[in-house]
Amino acid sequence: MKKLVMIGNGMAGVRTIEEILKLAPEQFEITIFGQEPHPNYNRIKLSNILQGDTSFDEIIINPLDWYKENNIQLFTGEAIVKIDVEGKRVISDQGREVDFDELIIATGSNSFILPIPGAEKIGVTGFRDIHDCEMMIKSAEQYKKAVVIGGGLLGLEAARGLLNLGMKVDVVHLMPNLMERQLDSIASSLLKAELESQGMNFLMEKETVEILGGERVTGLRFKDGSEVEADLVVMAIGIKSNTKAAKSSGIYVNRGIVVNDFMETSVPSVYAVGECAEHREIVYGLVAPLYEQGKVLANRICGLTAEPYTGSVTGTQLKVAGVDLFSAGEIFDDGQTKSIMVYNEFEGIYKRVLTRNNRIVGIVMYGDTKESTKLFRMLTKKEDITGTSIFQTECSAESGGDAASMPNDELVCGCNGVTKGAIVEAIKTQGLTTLDQVSHCTNAGRSCGRCKPMVSQILAHTLGDQFDAAASQKTSICGCTTISREELVEEIKAKGLTSVKEVMNVLEWNNEEGCTKCRPAINYYLGMIYMDEYKDERDSRLVNEKMHANIQKDGTYSVVPRMYGGVTTAADLKKIAEVAEKYNIPLVKLTGGQRIGLFGVKKEDLPGMWEELDMPSGYAYGKTLRTVKTCVGAQYCRYGTQDSMALGIELEKKFERLDTPHKVKMGVSACPRNCSEAGIKDIGFVGIDGGWEIYVAGNGGVDLRPGDLLCTVKTTEEVMEVTGAYLQYYRETANYLERTSKWVERVGLEHVREVLANEETRKALNERMDKTLKKYSEPWNEAIQSEEIKDKYYTKHTVKVGE
Amino acid sequence: MLQTITRIPVAHYSNVKMRSGYSIKIDNKEIALFKLTNGKVYAIENRSPHPKGGVLSEGLISGEYVYCPVYDWKISLADGKVQSPDVGQVRTFKVELENDIIFIILE
Repeated sequence: MKKLVMIGNGMAGVRTIEEILKLAPEQFEITIFGQEPHPNYNRIKLSNILQGDTSFDEIIINPLDWYKENNIQLFTGEAIVKIDVEGKRVISDQGREVDFDELIIATGSNSFILPIPGAEKIGVTGFRDIHDCEMMIKSAEQYKKAVVIGGGLLGLEAARGLLNLGMKVDVVHLMPNLMERQLDSIASSLLKAELESQGMNFLMEKETVEILGGERVTGLRFKDGSEVEADLVVMAIGIKSNTKAAKSSGIYVNRGIVVNDFMETSVPSVYAVGECAEHREIVYGLVAPLYEQGKVLANRICGLTAEPYTGSVTGTQLKVAGVDLFSAGEIFDDGQTKSIMVYNEFEGIYKRVLTRNNRIVGIVMYGDTKESTKLFRMLTKKEDITGTSIFQTECSAESGGDAASMPNDELVCGCNGVTKGAIVEAIKTQGLTTLDQVSHCTNAGRSCGRCKPMVSQILAHTLGDQFDAAASQKTSICGCTTISREELVEEIKAKGLTSVKEVMNVLEWNNEEGCTKCRPAINYYLGMIYMDEYKDERDSRLVNEKMHANIQKDGTYSVVPRMYGGVTTAADLKKIAEVAEKYNIPLVKLTGGQRIGLFGVKKEDLPGMWEELDMPSGYAYGKTLRTVKTCVGAQYCRYGTQDSMALGIELEKKFERLDTPHKVKMGVSACPRNCSEAGIKDIGFVGIDGGWEIYVAGNGGVDLRPGDLLCTVKTTEEVMEVTGAYLQYYRETANYLERTSKWVERVGLEHVREVLANEETRKALNERMDKTLKKYSEPWNEAIQSEEIKDKYYTKHTVKVGE
Repeated sequence: MLQTITRIPVAHYSNVKMRSGYSIKIDNKEIALFKLTNGKVYAIENRSPHPKGGVLSEGLISGEYVYCPVYDWKISLADGKVQSPDVGQVRTFKVELENDIIFIILE
């Protein structure tokens, strides 16, 4: 086994190891050296510890048992002093020597301590690890006055924490504006005013030149000669990559350890990741890019071909109660940029989006960050914003007043009839903290979802100081678990989970047998991942799919036979008529998708009717391909340029029965007059002279949305190839119950285009699609043939007594 | 007047599949019978207390609860109570098991 050694035991490094274990569990013998006497903990939460919201135990990410379970040799409290790159071994400060085949340097960073007289005095500290935190908490018990040097993200969080600990706090800042790297002067002044009202005192444009005192600090002196008192000095002016061991071992170091796009240093088999690494002249200090680096590195070390790491755009939020702030990308105009601005001085709301060439390049938001996720996505995806309204105006329905002033009996969720009072009550009595939980307990936002921003506001308002914006937005699959869709899919693959029950067991569902949200979702994901190897779990499907018929409100069902492309025959129509008469069908109706529906069928009549119809199920009830609507087309219509009926029938025959995250509807028109309404279908095909236009993500339902032109192709073969690849990509990346319209808006049309542009990728997607399609059989016929299915699902037992 | 407690045999325990609901019509009453993963059998009226009604026998079963298939209400099989945020109660029936036969008790 190859020997993998990692220097450093922090978030970026250990995440890399986790990724490696996922990819190649048995490939390496792993040794980790950590300078701190702790297992890996969540450094981001240090300010929460300081602010008194959590304890150290709660922020440990990988407990010691995790290292044991994964056979990782861990040396804590031990630093590496020398890397012998020739002999491929590391030497620790305790004289321990360990050989390696591959070495990861993940030593992180240290607080930057000003090199001024007195910096070594007792009571002067950085704000970087749990030790610093403990020291500050202890100081607060004995002393009264703290000075924080640095008015950036970290300094302000530290200052807020010290206020919570009952200290008087001055913040010293060299520049005229707080957080000047993330905020412009308006946002900065709003922030300053808010923090001043919370009790912080600011000393702006002051350069500290000396720390005063005897053995312990008593004060600071500034360049202008003025002084302030201090019992505790926290230096939070920045971080410095910890590169000592690398530098002295001949590895190329600039500001950090210089790495290429695969996290390789200048020395073969030696890699660097995290805050100690410098990539394209940038050292990242936020966790999201570091995790991206870890992923790339893990692939590299395991010898897999991986996408290179090309850098990250990062967004910043300040974790201080009462401050709602978001910043990402560029901040200042450069002559070519144009700003979109909202400034409401009265309510302390300021939002500015900086654009260049119709694309968002920077975001600053203060006081209201509801739109930050959407805007940040538009920034990272470089979406063209022409014609998009960036900020919702005050009078639009969605914003309709603010949570505090709203009366308790006002309706928040119109779909489910939930009032503000009911939401507040549920939050208070049931201790809810996330949007998801509120939705599960009150139903608010569970239907169309339009009220979610308002629910979120009410949650924030009700929780006050305890509101954690980031955590509240996490969307777990359902109330039975905290894991998200991505985590679930990843875990299923990594752990090789093969049944719904196993998933819920291994991933520790808090509700042993799940609910109507997660069971169908897990069943779908398993079928998507394992293709033809997964045995579908019928009892984890909801009623319509379980019964292969649509339940009506009175408990009867509807029967809609397949009618490929909406084309039928006199013989089939006769059969349908006879069956309708024989079973006294109360309603026969043409459906929206060009089919004939028989409504009001008793469940015990279903198998008999299916048998007499002798037609396949039209799947009018499933999360699957519903119908392909067609126009008459070139066969009869004088305008038609293409054979729309033939294409529609071919599409429907190929993709029928396929499980998809949500229902999928198609339409094929033979000319741009578009009689089959292909422009509002999940996938729509419009015949033009010499080819087909393919439209995607249209929707004619709740979210009325015209389709976007995906591409134009020449032949039917190409139509089938693009459609197969597109559908499969949707199947693999959408959330369960996410329509294609929502999915495309989330991942971006450009992204989908890029994926499908690659011929290899298209081929692979189509292969997985074809493998999946092999597993399906006709469900009505299956029910007719099986006494067991008939007994379990379609029998009404009648007992007569007292006669 | 005669005492009208009736004990009606409705199914063989071993024939009833786990985690599925059976609809049983006794005279004019429609009852939904469920066998849970833990082996217990419950019987409740096969009608959702939702104002628009609907059957319960085809609902998804999880632990000791059934989810109404039409409006997704979560209903306890043990006492018939609708779980919050919704409210209501379904009538429950006593079930007895003897020599592999399931009896429903009508009072």
